[in-house]
Amino acid sequence: MTVADGGAAPALTEQTREEMREIIARYPKPRSALLPMLHLAQSVEGYVSPAGIAMCSEELGLTKAEVGAVATFYTMYRRKPAGEYHVGVCTNTLCAVLGGDAILDSLKEHLGIGHNETTEDGRISLEHVECNAACDYAPVVMVNWEFYDNQTPSSTRDLVDAARAGNPPPPTRGPSSLCTFKQASRVLAGFPDGRANEGVQAGPATLAGLALANARGDRAPAMPDAPSSPSSSSQDA
Amino acid sequence: MVFTPVLSAHWDDTDSFTLDGYVRHGGYSALPKALAMEPDAVIALVKDSGLRGRGGAGFPTGMKWGFIPQGNEGQGAKPHYLVVNADESEPGTCKDTPFLMANPHALIEGVAIASYAIRSSFAVIYVRGEIVHVIRRLQQAVLDAYAAGHLGKDIGGRAVDGKGGFDLDVVVHAGSGAYICGEETALLDSLEGYRGQPRLRPPFPATHGLYASPTVVNNVESIASVPSIVLGGAQWFSSMGTEKSKGYTLYSLSGHVRTPGQYEAPLGITLRQLLDLSGGMREGHELKFWTPGGSSTPLLTAEHLDVPLDYEGVAAAGSMLGTKALQCFDETTCAVRAILRWTEFYAHESCGKCTPCREGTFWMVQVLQRLEAGTGTEEDIATLLDTCDNIFGRAFCALADGATSPIVSGVQYFREEFIAHITNRGCPFDPVASTVFGSVTSSGALA
Repeated sequence: MTVADGGAAPALTEQTREEMREIIARYPKPRSALLPMLHLAQSVEGYVSPAGIAMCSEELGLTKAEVGAVATFYTMYRRKPAGEYHVGVCTNTLCAVLGGDAILDSLKEHLGIGHNETTEDGRISLEHVECNAACDYAPVVMVNWEFYDNQTPSSTRDLVDAARAGNPPPPTRGPSSLCTFKQASRVLAGFPDGRANEGVQAGPATLAGLALANARGDRAPAMPDAPSSPSSSSQDA
Repeated sequence: MVFTPVLSAHWDDTDSFTLDGYVRHGGYSALPKALAMEPDAVIALVKDSGLRGRGGAGFPTGMKWGFIPQGNEGQGAKPHYLVVNADESEPGTCKDTPFLMANPHALIEGVAIASYAIRSSFAVIYVRGEIVHVIRRLQQAVLDAYAAGHLGKDIGGRAVDGKGGFDLDVVVHAGSGAYICGEETALLDSLEGYRGQPRLRPPFPATHGLYASPTVVNNVESIASVPSIVLGGAQWFSSMGTEKSKGYTLYSLSGHVRTPGQYEAPLGITLRQLLDLSGGMREGHELKFWTPGGSSTPLLTAEHLDVPLDYEGVAAAGSMLGTKALQCFDETTCAVRAILRWTEFYAHESCGKCTPCREGTFWMVQVLQRLEAGTGTEEDIATLLDTCDNIFGRAFCALADGATSPIVSGVQYFREEFIAHITNRGCPFDPVASTVFGSVTSSGALA
């Protein structure tokens, strides 16, 4: 079910090793760099391979068993290649009840793969995920850990079809185009991709309370010696 | 004034997440004001404000800072660390994530002030890995704050305790998908490059935290509230809220409600107020059960609509304020299914360190699965409660206690629904009716 193991994945390079050293330099103690180093290895190979574990262990002076014990504890590190687009359907209680279960069932049937499996073309991998901190946008689907809010079975089928065709729609709250799983992993390793300014600052649910407060004229009490901030048209009350 | 937007006041600016957007509304004016104070005076200010931890436990933030040993001897002589817990993963909890997407600089300014107060020159924001765009925004905010001189060397050009300028480095550290790392000692183990498993306390992080050095671990919202306290003062902050639960906070409304979202109000608002003003439950349906602060806080029902949502009020109702994650479920929802799903979550996320949690959650999933499938017995209900009794209080951390919350409260309020699954030999509910699109489909309007 996975993409071929036959060496299609790009190998770790000396540049990867250099970047691991950059990560180590961020922390007071080297071992703190391990999680981002594993994200970096994943950003190159699409998963945490034995070679990735070996490189981390060499750079940190740990055994491969020590690194492997950490890597296998955390669900974001994949032990076989992820699809180019890694789709996570939230099936924790709230999303599940509001439709996440139906979305996941629909995707499994549509793609012909199950939890933690990848399509034969290597494009899509599927996972059911736990609460992704977007309950006010339920049901939520994550692709490469970007938010696709308020999904339905049909919208999610369309989403994966477009991704398979190489033309995924942009995330609801995220950059103006969807990056690949490897590119996302590189951001997680602490190497910014320069796309922070893309996308909305907030979705409608995020702003629901503020909109209601504004409509009601509700404000926090004025600060005693409030700096004449142009922001707050604040009134006492 | 029912609502008091402070943290969320400018989220409707399309550039609210940028340095310019933050500065336009007075951002980074609290930092020089704090740097003009003695560090201990900043701690006293936060103590006086009554700010309590917004990550769930409600521990007084200023007191936590005050526990950090200072001076040149013993633990005080070691480096001090500030660690921000941005590993938001508690089911239902969805406040820090949109907050950081909309205004990461409020956190960065809070980090700088808190670090100055506890005499830390290295702070880490441990953010969950599954929210890449939030991580981008945080990374950019840190870079911009360095460039503007709010982080880095000799911030504000002021000497601290006669030791030279205030230096601060901040690292944004992405986690990797483990709910347990929201527990502060598991977070510290994870940050040290180990499996995220909780530590036995004492010693507490205040004396033996990151690298066995004095460490403050605070939630995003707690730290991000600090700049406003510095600007407005303790009295201003404590003029909002209730007697022992001061200030404003973010309430996250979700589920079968008409207008889910983030609502910023003084502590002590009720769910009835929030629902009445935001449009209530979805049309034609009524509230069946809800969580006041995520799935680890015991369920409440419609009879609790008037409970003040502050630390004391929710505790008096037999639950916990937690993260103020108000997940609302209507009468179409099967309580047994909901409880099973949460229990599966805890079983999946149990780190495996403590036997009662690791084994107990595993077996409770088995029992709940057969109950939901209609093949259970009434004795299974007793077995569940007995298992919960043997888990609660018998593990290193609160994950285990949290795992028992939905089950014990669920059986308390919905025992007859468990029994209905047994007598019906199956679930009496139609899962389609509880979906947001299913109800639309039935009226033929699904796009």
